[in-house]
Amino acid sequence: MAIGVRGSTAAAGRAALVSEPLDPQLIRRDFPIFERDFGGRTLAYLDSAATSQKPRQVIEAVDAYYSRYAANVHRGIYAIGEQATAAYEGARAKVARFINASDAREIVFVRNATEAINLVAYAWGRKHIGRGDVIVLTELEHHSNLVPWQILAQEKDADLEFVPIDDAGRLRLDVYEVLLRTRPKLVAFTHVSNGIGTINPAREMIEQAHRAGALVLVDGAQAAPHLPVDVQALGADVYVFSGHKALGPTGSGVLWARRELLEAMPPFLGGGEMIREVHLRRTEYNDVPWKFEAGTPDIAAAIGLGAAVDYLTAIGMERVRAHEHVLTTYALETLLREVPGITIYGPPTADERGGVVTFNLPDIHPHDVATLLDREAVAIRAGHHCTMPLHERLGLDASARASFNVYSTTDDIDRLAAGLAHVRQVFSR
Amino acid sequence: MDDLYRDYILEHYRAPHNFGTLEHPDAAYEGYNPLCGDRITMMLAIDDAGQTEIISDVAFTGRGCAISQASASLLTDRIKGKPLEEVARIGRADVLEELGIEISPARLKCALLSLDTLQKALDGRVAWVADTGAGAAGEAAP
Repeated sequence: MAIGVRGSTAAAGRAALVSEPLDPQLIRRDFPIFERDFGGRTLAYLDSAATSQKPRQVIEAVDAYYSRYAANVHRGIYAIGEQATAAYEGARAKVARFINASDAREIVFVRNATEAINLVAYAWGRKHIGRGDVIVLTELEHHSNLVPWQILAQEKDADLEFVPIDDAGRLRLDVYEVLLRTRPKLVAFTHVSNGIGTINPAREMIEQAHRAGALVLVDGAQAAPHLPVDVQALGADVYVFSGHKALGPTGSGVLWARRELLEAMPPFLGGGEMIREVHLRRTEYNDVPWKFEAGTPDIAAAIGLGAAVDYLTAIGMERVRAHEHVLTTYALETLLREVPGITIYGPPTADERGGVVTFNLPDIHPHDVATLLDREAVAIRAGHHCTMPLHERLGLDASARASFNVYSTTDDIDRLAAGLAHVRQVFSR
Repeated sequence: MDDLYRDYILEHYRAPHNFGTLEHPDAAYEGYNPLCGDRITMMLAIDDAGQTEIISDVAFTGRGCAISQASASLLTDRIKGKPLEEVARIGRADVLEELGIEISPARLKCALLSLDTLQKALDGRVAWVADTGAGAAGEAAP
């Protein structure tokens, strides 16, 4: 597949792109949203941590399924049924390669990372967590990696412990070590913070947790779309992410877990597809991963996610990370220089953070900031970004957040900086 | 272009009227907008000596955006000294009209947090007659 190289031959384009930095201007030609007119301007979309924009290749893959071979999967003994099944299972294989899973059968398609975590909390958690058991989480967690464990802990009378952060938004690994001495059953943490961008030392944390005898779930929602992820090298037991943040359609999400773990886990939802044989009083379940895919799945979304990981793979995740590293550095420098009084939260350099820059202006509520930026077609997030405990820890009610993806440019950041200067003007008159 | 942030809105934001607390409120409620983290605590003193109950004093505290703070400032001005039965007729459309600016659906909850808080504070004391459900200006997107 040619990525942002229309007009040249795909092969030549790809060869030229391998070692060079990614060119977001070429990439943007694949994203129809940037052709839309916003009052004489293009959209400066700086909310990719919420969801990403979609390239034509993904939209076309979804469209092709609906217009050329719409059929259910694993059922139809006819051409388009088989085509749909091949595309759906093909997408699974692509996702497996994308995160270097050893087997496509370790990939369960879900709606999003939230559903993946809930699935594990329900299926694994209800079987393995009991009274007094410890689950270790962190102060950085998105609500989706907190609330399911709260529900489980309440039901089972288990204990939740939290790794605190330091003032720069890094996990206190010294405290983590102490918490591991409580022999937790489960450690669940985010690979990259959606709130302030911190990249956590996942491999080391997983190794330590395993030495303490814990199972480890990693929330990769802000990592898998933005940097190379190798689940085998990481050594995690469970890794989850949302496809819609990785250029894929909404309704696409991924649960990866080690095969033995998936096989030992009881099912989550019962129904069609997840069974081998059903009798009135007993059922034999299907093999993994289909055991966890009850009912007709979001076939189009899964196929679209397959196209999205093709797109990212063709660019190369190292280059995606390098691009966002450059943008993050540029954003940190530009905002600190151009916006007097701005407070930026999280680690000080791009080496330690993903493409997420969270900030506040003095005495101006982030909602007002976002509203005024919106009038200049600059889209940012304002609020708590589903990380209320993190905001409490930082002593904030809310914050503003700019986040990047492959199509983001320094021009987007310049427009953000100019917009923030204007916001300050409005509020100081 | 910044018609939302007119001077009087910003003035109410910077120096909100009736900002503070009452020592012995007859009614109080803390309203919260989970979307943006805005909080408003409204306290009311109710004088029931006469024929009709009157809001003799009102105060609010809170943190939030310009729209929610200006809205609370304007609303508390409006209800101070008014009989409860008159206050019970205040609806969403009135609050939005008083703000006098175009509010986008995403910001409607900010604009209406003060009214929502007032209504909860007075719950049980008055039967709200105005549009407390889907407002005249349209329901905020969930």
